[in-house]
Amino acid sequence: MWAIVWKDIRLELRTKERLASFFVLAILIVLAWVFALGPERVRNPQVGAAVLWVGLLFAGMLSLRRTFLIEQERGCLSGLLLCPLEPSDIFVAKLIGNIVFLSLVEVIVVPLTIVFCGLPVSWSLLGLPLLILLGIIGFSALGTLFAALAVRTRAGEVLFPLVVLPLLVPLLLSAVQATGALLSGGDWTGMWLRVLVACDVVFVVAGWLLFGQTVKE
Amino acid sequence: MKACVVAARNVHKTFAWTPVLRGISCTLGAGQALAIFGPNGAGKTTLLRVLASLITPSSGSLRLFALPAHDPRVRRRIGFLGHDSLLYPDLSPAENLRFYAHAYRLDNAPARIRAMLKYVGLQDWAITPIRSLSRGMEQRLALARALLHEPDLLLLDEPYAGLDHEAARLFHTALLEAKQAGKTIVFSSHDFERGLALCSRVLILNQGRIVWQSTAGPPSVAELSARYTALTRQSAHGSRD
Repeated sequence: MWAIVWKDIRLELRTKERLASFFVLAILIVLAWVFALGPERVRNPQVGAAVLWVGLLFAGMLSLRRTFLIEQERGCLSGLLLCPLEPSDIFVAKLIGNIVFLSLVEVIVVPLTIVFCGLPVSWSLLGLPLLILLGIIGFSALGTLFAALAVRTRAGEVLFPLVVLPLLVPLLLSAVQATGALLSGGDWTGMWLRVLVACDVVFVVAGWLLFGQTVKE
Repeated sequence: MKACVVAARNVHKTFAWTPVLRGISCTLGAGQALAIFGPNGAGKTTLLRVLASLITPSSGSLRLFALPAHDPRVRRRIGFLGHDSLLYPDLSPAENLRFYAHAYRLDNAPARIRAMLKYVGLQDWAITPIRSLSRGMEQRLALARALLHEPDLLLLDEPYAGLDHEAARLFHTALLEAKQAGKTIVFSSHDFERGLALCSRVLILNQGRIVWQSTAGPPSVAELSARYTALTRQSAHGSRD
């Protein structure tokens, strides 16, 4: 399993295709929102939280979509399936890789979003990395599962966001609400955090169980 | 009696209501070599991918090494060489082999990788990205990948396609050595001479069915050629009618 994680990291370090495109798109989406809404509105913690998560999820789609595109060239997905691994091992390896890639980009994008939106900086921001990580885990789990499905279908490029976005609604809603509460200095550890954790558990378990079916011919 | 490596019974495969394999039954013992011949679209590639457990049959049973075909222990014993090289173009030959060595949990990975690169004559290209290599070199590396974990069953889908004379000779020698080492080989090709030089058993596949298989030793090239032409032409006319 770790062989797949290291191989994906090595490939990304060599090509930098996913990290670069994800970073640029995330920043562009955040800036588009800032210009569209105006500096006053994005300073509102709830709006700032929405800008942050919409940027992450839409730009992240592009990155997650590539998860299995790198396995498509030269039939490498067959190579993975020929290895003496359970399909769930491949899912977990790809999930870890996606969490690493998305987290790396967010380390830069989140502080920039806070600056662009003019959000208040306080000690409560220390909880933000945990919220971002929880959101990334659920998003990556769902994205990894459907990226495998999309790569096997002819209309995969269109199908991927059409299937993933509606399923992401509970995760997006809980992440925005919890982040909004955190940015405004309120209690962010209540119901919305529990919904976010529940989304993570459901998406990871569903991916782990269903992945084998999505990659079989 | 030799241990049964492949036991396929009445295997069918259908893609989107189109039958591709229709009732394939065959058994293969350890150390045997089977050549599959057939025209384009006969189902050779699908059959090999089913045997490699990459495709699940729609119906019928398939056991490899007396285990269900989907068992991960089976995959450890299969070496597959298809139309695609299954290699990452942005990684070098050494990196590709290192990845597969770790995925197969080989104990002696560095020594085995060096030995395989030398075996296919790519030791001087070990750190060059695959994208920069020629088609023949990539196919040689694909052979190294397929043999890296010393599989007991080799599944080869038209391995000589697109190779120059030197690479084809290297492939043929490697396959003869594998046969002498007691590996079981299933091999699809359009090249009767090479197929018969390697394989003790022959099967002709047409429109997803086995239309003929040798029972008493391999036929001569002329005999096989005549039989192949008659059988494939007959069924082509039959389907047109």
